[in-house]
Amino acid sequence: MWKMLPQALKAAVVFMVFFTFLCGAVYPVFVTGIGQLFFPHRVDGSLIRLHGEAVGSRLIGQPFRSPGYFWSRPSDTAPFPYNAENSGASNLGPSNPLLRAHIEKRIRQLIRWNPTSQEPVPVDLVTSSASGLDPDISPAAALYQIQRISRIRHLSKQVLATLVRQHIRGRTWGIFGAPRVNVLMLNISLGRLLKNRKP
Amino acid sequence: MNANSMIQLTVYIGLVLLLSWPLGLYIARIFMDEPKRWSSGGRVTRILHSVECGIYRLAGVDPQMEMDWVAYTVSLLVFNLLGAVLLYAILRLQEWLPLNPQHFQSVSPAMAFNTAVSFMTNTNWQSYSGETTLGMFAQMTGLTVQNFVSAATGLCIAIVLIRAFARESQKHLGNFWVDLTRATLYILLPISVLLAVLLMSQGVIQNFQGIKQVDLLHPVTVTMNHRPVRLTHQVLPMGPVASQEAIKQLGTNGGGYFNMNSAHPFENPTPLSDFLEMVAMLLLPAATCVAFGEMVGDRRQGWAILAAMTILFVVFATGGLIAEHGSNPELHGLPVTMQGSRLQSGGNMEGKEVRFGVTDSVLFNTTATATSTGAVNSTSDSYLPLGGLIPLWLMQLGEVVYGGIGSGFYGMMLFVLVAVFVAGLMVGRTPEYLGKKIETFDIKMVALGILVTPAIILVGTAVAVLIPHATNVLGNPGPHGFTEILYAFSSVANNNGSAMGGLTVTSTFYQVATGLAMLMGRFWFVLPVMALAGSLVMKKKIPPSLGTLPTHTPLFITLLIGTVLLVGALNFLPALSLGPLIEHFLIISTH
Repeated sequence: MWKMLPQALKAAVVFMVFFTFLCGAVYPVFVTGIGQLFFPHRVDGSLIRLHGEAVGSRLIGQPFRSPGYFWSRPSDTAPFPYNAENSGASNLGPSNPLLRAHIEKRIRQLIRWNPTSQEPVPVDLVTSSASGLDPDISPAAALYQIQRISRIRHLSKQVLATLVRQHIRGRTWGIFGAPRVNVLMLNISLGRLLKNRKP
Repeated sequence: MNANSMIQLTVYIGLVLLLSWPLGLYIARIFMDEPKRWSSGGRVTRILHSVECGIYRLAGVDPQMEMDWVAYTVSLLVFNLLGAVLLYAILRLQEWLPLNPQHFQSVSPAMAFNTAVSFMTNTNWQSYSGETTLGMFAQMTGLTVQNFVSAATGLCIAIVLIRAFARESQKHLGNFWVDLTRATLYILLPISVLLAVLLMSQGVIQNFQGIKQVDLLHPVTVTMNHRPVRLTHQVLPMGPVASQEAIKQLGTNGGGYFNMNSAHPFENPTPLSDFLEMVAMLLLPAATCVAFGEMVGDRRQGWAILAAMTILFVVFATGGLIAEHGSNPELHGLPVTMQGSRLQSGGNMEGKEVRFGVTDSVLFNTTATATSTGAVNSTSDSYLPLGGLIPLWLMQLGEVVYGGIGSGFYGMMLFVLVAVFVAGLMVGRTPEYLGKKIETFDIKMVALGILVTPAIILVGTAVAVLIPHATNVLGNPGPHGFTEILYAFSSVANNNGSAMGGLTVTSTFYQVATGLAMLMGRFWFVLPVMALAGSLVMKKKIPPSLGTLPTHTPLFITLLIGTVLLVGALNFLPALSLGPLIEHFLIISTH
């Protein structure tokens, strides 16, 4: 058995170098070439530009917290929410008392701006996402926020509901995923709506 | 569980079975043909073939010369060990290596050891956080390369065991270098390129920019360390993600480019990319069963094993879907709606992404723990107790419900031999499988393989709960904390890599303990399997007689499923009742 070691070691070195070159350099560079050729916008992060300036990625959520905007989901990235340099989740177990405490606090914040609301809060709006960078909220969560935004922005609820409906993306091919609304895109449209309204 | 869940599960399994048929026949051809026949193929095949021959010459390997089980194992171990050493070196020297625009420091010795072992053993347990630890050079030349070769190694071992049944009265099992090269060159690379292109079309990033800074649409004030801080911009991590994501899923590796793995929108941006990643995980393990049937000359044998795996998968996935679509009893009384509807997924959404909802999250995590991938698109730690029990138990069954690439098949083969053995005992005949008599030595090797991982899991967990330092880093109190430790050892010993993220595993104890568990879980399993192959290949095939137990019938499939579940239940029921089961009863009883 020991006799075959030198030969095996030599072969192992050659094959390791070969695979490192092939799978570690040629393959990723080749794939990058294809991507830059066919999907240049997507492989560079699906950036959204407004007046030439990049204002974010369609895929990465942002921390909207002021009452005049649609809020994103709670995020537990460290050390601050929606830190794209450090994706992370709460990892709170279902029986952990902290989970209920966090959710209660988030409900209070929502109700403070919606004191008259009787409808229950959609669950995704008070639970933190897996990546901490979730770009979406559920359509129910977007519609829930209309009352608050309507009051603060002096926009009719119908106009806002129409806006939300335009941004709903259903299941892919009616099968995959869950219905969703991209918060950044929704807020950009909201901004446009407000700008056009002003004289 | 709703109508959509059932449709998704059906479409998913249907597509995987459909694709695994041609792919399995292709795999069989790759490993059965003589090398020289390849020179007569198409243009691409000819180029690949000349690359293949060139590298054999350079390495001084004669592709015609086959090895016995000892020589094969030695080559395999030397190659894997060298891979781990190289990866360790890359991680330790990172600060002096190129393509590191964020100027990340070199990785600490304990973490580098853990990561090198983790990727070499196809575990891909992540004690590091990708976007804050590793530059592009380490990701590409270190992790991506090991993703390929560790998967190829797994496939090689499966092929060796298949040859042991297909051949008779000889000791030759193939040439490791030839099998390794073919698995990578003709199977893993082409499919990875295809998958990477599909993923890029969905928005998975692939570039060589380090980071990209964007100004926030609306600056906000947030609390950071109890002080208000004004956020005006967001820093987006960049890198060659799609190329690594493709092999991460296809090779049942599971180590993400980013910390949050397939939950990160740059790794898994749409429901469609999610579906593609799920298909990629099951594809090769399922196809290996088909290849097995083809190579032993009886396709029904392959289908029988695939059927057993598929039935187990569907049962477990259904259980998980039912559990997670429910609501958390701890939240009762709060004005929150968890009811699924046209406008929201509903269910237990803590630690899940809206674009996936509950169904796609559960299907993904079930697939990732049924196979030894361990990728996550939602956090297992926040699953409801019974929802979290499913991935945990799937790992503990020994990664045989499809399992890892190659390893799922050879793991399941051990259970097949146990089933045959048990059946033989019942009727008082020498057990045989595919015409090979299963004798004392073979059963010893099978028992060794099957018992080694549960021993690592249970002993590892027992040691960890006795060390105060190891229990101080739990993310959650009560039985859930115990589950985190049990989950960690179940994951590493079975080379899965999935984790309950609440447990902080960066301490030296966990780095070393999980590193050792990964090594033992991989190689203490592989050695008995190789010895078994060496024993089986020498046996003569005896023609089936009237008393031979047919191994392709529904009866045998049932017996096989029963064996897997029985061994899994006997080993782990006590541990599981201290973790997820007791947590379940606690939260339903207090509300």
